[in-house]
Amino acid sequence: MSATLVAAGGSTPTLRRPSYAKYVGGRVLGALGSLAFVLVVNFFLFRVLPGDPARTLGRGRFRTEEQLEAFRATYGLDQPLPQQFLTFLKNTLTGDLGVSLRYRVPVSELILDRLWPTLLLVGTSTLLATIIGIYLGMVSAWNRGKTVDRVWTGSTLTLYSMPEWWLGLLLIATLAVGFGPVPGMFPTGGLHSVDADPGTFGYVLDTAWHLALPVTTLTLAYLADYALIMRSSLLDEIGEDYLVTARAKGLRDLQVRRRHAVPNALLPTTTLVAINLGFVVSGAITIETIFSIPGLGLLATEALSIPDYWVLQGVFLVASAAVILANLLANLLYGLLDPRVRT
Amino acid sequence: MGALLEVRDLTVSYRTNEGPVPALRGVDLTVEAGEVLGVAGESGCGKSTLASTVLRLQPKDATVGGEVLVNGSDVLTLGWGDLRALRWAEASIVFQGALHSLNPVRRIRDQIAEPILVHDPGTSDDEVERRVGELLEQVGLPRARSRAYPHQLSGGQRQRVMIAMALACRPKLVVADEPTTALDVMVQAQILDLLGGLVRDLDLGMVLISHDLSVLSEVCDRVVVMYAGRVVELGAAAEVFDDPLHPYAQALTGAFPRIGDPRARYAPAGLAGDPPDLRTLPDGCSFAPRCPKAVDACRTAEPPLVTPPGAAPGRRAACIRAGEPA
Repeated sequence: MSATLVAAGGSTPTLRRPSYAKYVGGRVLGALGSLAFVLVVNFFLFRVLPGDPARTLGRGRFRTEEQLEAFRATYGLDQPLPQQFLTFLKNTLTGDLGVSLRYRVPVSELILDRLWPTLLLVGTSTLLATIIGIYLGMVSAWNRGKTVDRVWTGSTLTLYSMPEWWLGLLLIATLAVGFGPVPGMFPTGGLHSVDADPGTFGYVLDTAWHLALPVTTLTLAYLADYALIMRSSLLDEIGEDYLVTARAKGLRDLQVRRRHAVPNALLPTTTLVAINLGFVVSGAITIETIFSIPGLGLLATEALSIPDYWVLQGVFLVASAAVILANLLANLLYGLLDPRVRT
Repeated sequence: MGALLEVRDLTVSYRTNEGPVPALRGVDLTVEAGEVLGVAGESGCGKSTLASTVLRLQPKDATVGGEVLVNGSDVLTLGWGDLRALRWAEASIVFQGALHSLNPVRRIRDQIAEPILVHDPGTSDDEVERRVGELLEQVGLPRARSRAYPHQLSGGQRQRVMIAMALACRPKLVVADEPTTALDVMVQAQILDLLGGLVRDLDLGMVLISHDLSVLSEVCDRVVVMYAGRVVELGAAAEVFDDPLHPYAQALTGAFPRIGDPRARYAPAGLAGDPPDLRTLPDGCSFAPRCPKAVDACRTAEPPLVTPPGAAPGRRAACIRAGEPA
């Protein structure tokens, strides 16, 4: 019997190394595929819309057939569709997203300009919501069933079920407008005061003051997601046998949590955070609208009402690309954190 | 120098919504260095509860009474700091189901090294690396496997890792809780061989828990048979296996067909009835409802664990009819 013993232990001819590079390669290819698909949809989605862009965009200013033809020639709409698609592909790949009809500036410039307010608003809120949410979820899970847990889980569920624009309006009506003897303490909208001087420290403070309410709204709205996910995945881990092993080894309870339970419970939360990062770019349309933040969300809303096809196309592309990138990031992070998904 | 493990009148009951459920009802046992004590019994008889109390790992809803002395110190009343120092360094556990007892996202090297670093924080990286390699070779795994994750190992290899981990701090006592469940017969034999070899080479004391008496009879020096949270039979492994005194032990040995015994091969005996409901144990012997030999006297008082007339010294059974001619 001892002969078989040796054989069993030694029988590992080739160690199959989990190749992270191979995993990354696969995911990047998948993301590129999705991006290509989005490009195609992005083009044809707007071409199959009913109506003639020349007539819609001309708004009755073009009286003659020659004027319509001239307009179509300007925008390349007289070309056959496959030819238009190739031009679109070439232009997009070289970073040319067309020119906005309303602003008469390149769409790429417009998007870059509107990207920062959105990144500032949604990025800050996501970051805050992630940190606070994960912390609250952890505290709730450790104290399952106790008062702390009930209070936090109850409040996060309440926030979760509130529409974010309603919460935003509520904050405007109270903290910005003021109620009873309490004066309004925050601006009702916008990103800067008119007289703010760019480049000074006062300008930074002014921006923070303007962003306080929208960021609070979004943080409260996003918070619940993270808190609830973290709580439930930590509760899943708390029942696991390997935590008993860790305690048996002589680890302190704090070490058992920090080294074993939390890293494992963070896995599902990481995915959620990374995927939500993708939506940072497309912005919070409702919140940008009610707080008049000149971000991508507001840009898209305005473009829809005109309608500014090239702007819509550009925003659509950038937003999709962000979501695809974030998904890629989530996959890569997960592969790094959890060896099981690599194989 | 007393015994490595001495359990005295251990009682454990779990608080549930339907009232307390007893899991152990007065268990006594001892393990000496170099000795393997087998613990046999069916599911729910308290085997795993017994294993968990050795390092005071029982769930929070358990109420424990009695004494569990590991190397002379009572685990149940020890302060938390002393208890942590004792855990894994003096006694360790090979847990049931190695897949779930290992952290899925950490390399086995780190998991084996963890207790070494917890109990001796000053250990250098080189020393830890050397020790992990040694431990893996000791359980028959190549050193190179230390970089693997649990999911990359087979069931038998994972169980070997669990054993290597249990030996990390050179404990004197190892509790193996169903170490071969869910392994196929060949691997099971290898693991048992490994455990037996380690006990000999390292002069360990070991508690080997299993529902399979034939597993225990191969490796153990002495065996206790448990039923409904009590020890019902105790004795040298070979004697208990060949000539069980308690009717439950007889049913347990009869349940496994034995090589070279045509009667058992053609008629593996089962045991009628269900495992006991611990919430509503009968007066008298708890095995009486399923016992083919039960008489009225069995249903009045729980029989004590004593050496029956005519039995070898050191053998005990909790049955008033033990020792009667068959």
